[in-house]
Amino acid sequence: MNADQRVVEKIKAAFPDAIEETNTFRGEQTLFIRKERLKGVCQLLKKDPHLSYKFLSDICADDYLPEFPRFAVSYHLYSYDNNHRLRLRVWVDDPEEGPETVGTVWAIGSWLEMEVWDLMGIRFQGNTHLRRLFLPEDWQGHPLRKDYPLGYEEVQFSFNWQEVDAKKPYAQE
Amino acid sequence: MGDNIQELTVEELRAKVGTGMEIENAEEHMLLSMGPQHPSTHGVLRLLVELDGESIVNLAPDIGFLHTGVEKTMESKTYTKALVMTDRLDYLSPMSNNLGYILAVEKLLGVEPTPRAQTIRIILTEMARIASHLVWLGTHALDMAAMSVFLYCFREREYILDVFEMVAGQRMMVSYFRPGGLWRDVPDEFEPAIRQFLDFFPAKIADYEALLKNNPIWLDRTKGIGVVTAEQAMDWGMTGPSLRGSGVNWDIRKAQPYSGYETYEFDVPVGTDGDVYARYRCRMQEMWESLRIIRQAMDRLKKGPINIDNRKIVPPPRSELGHSMEAVIHHFKLWTEGFNAPVGYVYQSVESPRGEFACYLRGDGGPKPARVHFRTPSYVHVASLPIMSKGVFVADLVSIIGSIDIVLGEIDR
Repeated sequence: MNADQRVVEKIKAAFPDAIEETNTFRGEQTLFIRKERLKGVCQLLKKDPHLSYKFLSDICADDYLPEFPRFAVSYHLYSYDNNHRLRLRVWVDDPEEGPETVGTVWAIGSWLEMEVWDLMGIRFQGNTHLRRLFLPEDWQGHPLRKDYPLGYEEVQFSFNWQEVDAKKPYAQE
Repeated sequence: MGDNIQELTVEELRAKVGTGMEIENAEEHMLLSMGPQHPSTHGVLRLLVELDGESIVNLAPDIGFLHTGVEKTMESKTYTKALVMTDRLDYLSPMSNNLGYILAVEKLLGVEPTPRAQTIRIILTEMARIASHLVWLGTHALDMAAMSVFLYCFREREYILDVFEMVAGQRMMVSYFRPGGLWRDVPDEFEPAIRQFLDFFPAKIADYEALLKNNPIWLDRTKGIGVVTAEQAMDWGMTGPSLRGSGVNWDIRKAQPYSGYETYEFDVPVGTDGDVYARYRCRMQEMWESLRIIRQAMDRLKKGPINIDNRKIVPPPRSELGHSMEAVIHHFKLWTEGFNAPVGYVYQSVESPRGEFACYLRGDGGPKPARVHFRTPSYVHVASLPIMSKGVFVADLVSIIGSIDIVLGEIDR
C-alpha cells in the first residue's frame, strides 16, 4: 500500500464522512475535506505515528468567482517520515464562516491563516490573532479576490458589466 | 491612516501574541518599537518588543511595509511575462525564485526541460545560493561589529553578479529561466569564468571562517543564543539551514529532488544545538557543498539544445523567422497571447538559500494564471522570532534576526 492510499484509508477509518472527493494531478494528491471535519482530520494526520504530517508547509486560498462555492482553502502538508506531500482542500461558501483554525495543531497555522484573512478575507473560526498583516489596519476589502480591481480600473465581469460600463470614460461625440 | 488607529499597548500586544508564560512585574515593562528604519532588521521590518529591563519578554513582528501585490499582479500577466515579478521577491537569490516558479509552470504544462538547460539551471542556482549566503554572512557579521567580513563577502559576491550579468544581461533581476528552458544559451566566457571561480573561492571561504570561527566575541554572541529545538522548528514550519541547525536532516534537494539534483553527490550539513552558531555553521558548510555541486555540473555540461522542441511553449529561434511562415505565426502568438496551460493546480517546492520556496499555481485553461501563491521561507521564519528571542537581551535579538536570514522582499510580496 503506498502513501497515497494509506492516508485515505486512515482518514476513512476515523472519519467515514470526511472525504468528499480525491484527485491526483501531476502526481500530487488532493483530498477534498468536509469543512466541519477539517480540524479532526488535521489532528489525526499529525498525531498518527504512521502518517505524522508534522510540517504544515502552506495555507492558501482560491477565489472561483462566479462559481459556488466560491472559495477553496488549500493546506499543503508534508510528512518527514514518509517523505510524502499531501494537499487538503476545503470548500468555503461564506468567507465569514471559514474552516476552523489549525493553529492549535501546527503552531505556524495561525500565522499562515493571517495572510489568507488579510488578502482573501476568509475568517478562520477560533483564530483570535486575525489582523491586517500586509495592508494598513484601516484598509477596505481583500485584494486577492477576483472582484477586487487591479489598479485604477474595476474588473468587468458579466455580473457587473453594466455597472462598470456606466463609469467607463468613452470618447464623446 | 484614519484617526481611529491607535498604537498597541503592552496588554493588547500580550493578548495578540499570547505566550502563556508567567509575567512578573508586568507594570514595569516597557514597549519598544524596533524598526522599521533599523539597520539590523535587514529591511523594513518592525518589531514591537516588550522589555523587562533589557530582557525581551514578548515580541510581535509587524510586516507589510514592502507589500507590492505581486500575487495579484501576476494574475493579469501571461505565464512568461509574470516571471519578472518573481525576481523581486527574494532579491538576493532571484535565480532560486525563477526556478521555483518556472518548475511550477513546467509541472502544470507537463513538460521536461533539456539536460543542458537543467545543468545550467543547477550551476546558476547554486551560484545564487553562494551569493545569497555571502550577503547573509557579511551583514550578519556586520550586525555584530565584524566589519571586515562584510567587505570581503561583497567583493566575492560582485564576481558572481558579474557572471549573472554575462549570462542574463542583468546583475540581480535576471529572469533567465523561461518555461521550457532558458532565455538564451550561456556565452563562451561562461565556462572559464565559473572554472576560475571554483579555483579561487575555496580559499576565500577558508578566510571567512578563519576570521570568525575562533573569534571569542563571535562565539560569545552566537553560542547558546536563540535556541530552537527540533520539535519547535518543525512545528513552526522552519525550513532550510534554520531547520537543519536544529538537527533535522531535511533538504528538498535530497528528499524530493528536482532539476536532476538526485544525480549529484553532495552532503547536507546538519547542526545539533539549534542556536545561532549552529545555523551559521550550516550555512558555511553549504557553501562548500554548493561548490561541489557546481564542479560536478561543470564536468557534465555538454553541448545541446537549451529549449524544448515545442513551438507552442518556446518561441522559435530568430533565424527561422525569415523563411518560415509557421515560425512567424508561433512567434506572434506567443508574444501576444502566450500559451494556454491546462486546468488544474500544482505546488512546487525548491530549496532556496533561506529554506523552502514553493509556488502554488492554478491554471484555468487560459494564458494567464488564475492564482499564484508563493510560500516564502522568510515569511514563515519571522513568525518564529518570538519563541527564539524569549528572555534574551536586545543586542542578541540582532544576532537572532541575522541568523534566520530574512529578506523583506519575500516576506511582504
